[in-house]
Amino acid sequence: MNNPQLDSDGHLRHLLSIEGLPKRILNQILDTAESFVGVAEREVKKVPLLRGKTVCNLFFENSTRTRTTFEIAAKRLSADVISLNVGTSSQSKGETILDTVDNLIAMHADMFVVRHAQSGAAHLIAKHVPPHIHVINAGDGRHSHPTQGLLDVFTIRKYKPDLHNLRIAIVGDVLHSRVARSEIHALTTLGVPEVRVIAPKTLLPAQVEKLGVHVYHDINAGLKDVDVVMMLRLQNERMNGAMLPSSQEYFKTYGLTQEKLALAKPDAIVMHPGPMNRGVEIDSSVADGKQSVILPQVTYGIAIRMAVMAILAGGQVASGSAGGS
Amino acid sequence: MKIHIRNGRVIDPKNNLDSKLDVFIAAGKVLSIGQTPNGFVANQTIDATNLIVCPGLVDLSARLREPGEEYKARLASELQAAVAGGVTSLACPPDTDPVLDEPGLVEMLKYRARQQGLAHVYPLGAMTRQLQGKTLAEMNELYAAGCVGFSQANVAITDTQVLWRAMQYAATFNFTLFLHAEEPFLAANGVAHDGEVATRLGLKGIPSAAEALALASILRIAQETGAKVHISRLSTAEGVAMIRAAKAQGLKISCDVSANHLHLTEHDIAYFDANCHLKPPLRTQRDKEALSAGLKDGTIDAICSDHTPVDDDAKLMPFAEAEIGATGLELLLPLTLKWAAQEKVSLPHALSLITQTSAQILGISAGDLSQNSDADICIFDANEYWKISPKTLKSQGRNTPFNGLELAGKVKKTLVHGLVVYQH
Repeated sequence: MNNPQLDSDGHLRHLLSIEGLPKRILNQILDTAESFVGVAEREVKKVPLLRGKTVCNLFFENSTRTRTTFEIAAKRLSADVISLNVGTSSQSKGETILDTVDNLIAMHADMFVVRHAQSGAAHLIAKHVPPHIHVINAGDGRHSHPTQGLLDVFTIRKYKPDLHNLRIAIVGDVLHSRVARSEIHALTTLGVPEVRVIAPKTLLPAQVEKLGVHVYHDINAGLKDVDVVMMLRLQNERMNGAMLPSSQEYFKTYGLTQEKLALAKPDAIVMHPGPMNRGVEIDSSVADGKQSVILPQVTYGIAIRMAVMAILAGGQVASGSAGGS
Repeated sequence: MKIHIRNGRVIDPKNNLDSKLDVFIAAGKVLSIGQTPNGFVANQTIDATNLIVCPGLVDLSARLREPGEEYKARLASELQAAVAGGVTSLACPPDTDPVLDEPGLVEMLKYRARQQGLAHVYPLGAMTRQLQGKTLAEMNELYAAGCVGFSQANVAITDTQVLWRAMQYAATFNFTLFLHAEEPFLAANGVAHDGEVATRLGLKGIPSAAEALALASILRIAQETGAKVHISRLSTAEGVAMIRAAKAQGLKISCDVSANHLHLTEHDIAYFDANCHLKPPLRTQRDKEALSAGLKDGTIDAICSDHTPVDDDAKLMPFAEAEIGATGLELLLPLTLKWAAQEKVSLPHALSLITQTSAQILGISAGDLSQNSDADICIFDANEYWKISPKTLKSQGRNTPFNGLELAGKVKKTLVHGLVVYQH
């Protein structure tokens, strides 16, 4: 079967998931992002790569951070941006996803940034659109959130350039997390030798070890000697019910505190995709502490999204042309 | 009308028949096989050289979508699909709109199906009113109207008290219950087997334990009540083992597997192929092999098509929202033949799983070529390949995971009541 993300020459056509992308393309995106980090520091924060193109943010599920960073990224590339919260418009009138997409294609959108509550929604749209239109998955159900996975490895690369010598722990609700799945694929593809997941059994999907991770249920054992701690958000609706008894108990058993962080390497960095639940999955002193790189993640997120859009739209940003690592 | 089918390889599993013989039909019945009856002059002669002549297929589960869901499929289209697939008798589950829980609806469906003059339709009545699992449906009335058994379709019964009473009641009148084994709480919102693929694609899983748990309740209550139970569409290795053990204990139980589950696994979902959104979910290679072994050793009695036509738009959705089901009437024969070839199962044995045994489960007189039986006959070329595609299918539902595949087994002629109702 064909990989829906690549064209016949092996170039990126859509960004739907990290899984299925070769290391070459991941590195191309990361290296291109390096060249965009500086753009934000200029007085004129714009480059003309997407001038005349229309980027359509199609959000079937609410989001503030992701939508905003995609918007900023597109604007810095000089694209015209439309943001639609479809969750509150046509979908509630009964229009199907593909009808919504067709209407926007008729308005000459060039690129879709799609978020949807159902796994596979971005694949469905990518299969449907004509060849000149590109689709970026900005999160589909529990499946994938590739730009988040990429910005996370970008951040790690900034602080720990030698990915081949890292031990990384992902802590929390892996079961419902598209971020975790994207991170796992990105890290394993780029050659990180040891990726751990740490969670109670209720928050791990079946056969998670098949994704190439080591499973820990005891956070103290799991954090021992790691270089990077990646925390996951715990959705409010999971906090009390059949998955977990309470947020308090969760914080006691899996919340990241200074004491638990002390088990990791002394120079370990702490990450979180946001939005954080302080006092649930992470203690404020850790979130705001000197090992935290949570805000730089957001900043790099814009560079990553610029890189993805630039590569999809032009393909003229060749691998290695930017000042990468 | 007198028909002479000459020179075909006649396979009639029930009568242990497999040889090159002529079939003579008169007045809608099989008059004789082999020997020309005295004074027989045919109105029509069918040359079946190099073809197989077998009883018309009997399908244990085919949705026709009438009444109420005509935008998905219609009786006319689906019964044409049936005979194009060599299926001359089929049972349809009660999950129509309205539900088949009223004798009048059943009579209407039977009447409208008869008007088509194609395959025979044997409705399964609802076991409980509205399939709600609370109040028993009027089984005797429904039986009198033409139901051959009772079913909850895909709707699980959560209340074991109701399940118990339904089985007691059915056992009182010797009715068969057709049950799909899936524990609804464990399966809630699930759309794929709870395993590697669901984890990778971020789909909510249905664990194998959901089948095992439901099966355990059903088998235990069947044992207690003595009810005749047929398990529809088994999907797990554990389920096969449980049925095997139950049969060894002497329980009156039978079961089937869908043709889809003999050939596909969770991995066929690939990149969210909505055509693989099926009930029960496609499971692992190990499960598939256990189903196949169970079918070979008789633990599983029959293969059904689980024909479920869905309109195209309902499949153009994200996987979890796409409607469940695949079209299957026209694929039952080729998929059975493909399984038989892969597993080195003889043709008569394979055909028995879609003729004689399914007729026996439904308690209908069909699925064999005994003298004086209804001349419902399928004539097919076992070696001719044809490509599955929306263009080659008669069903209004074009949705199948096998789209694009070439399969051997092309139906050439189908006879119902001694009349040719389909020819290719």
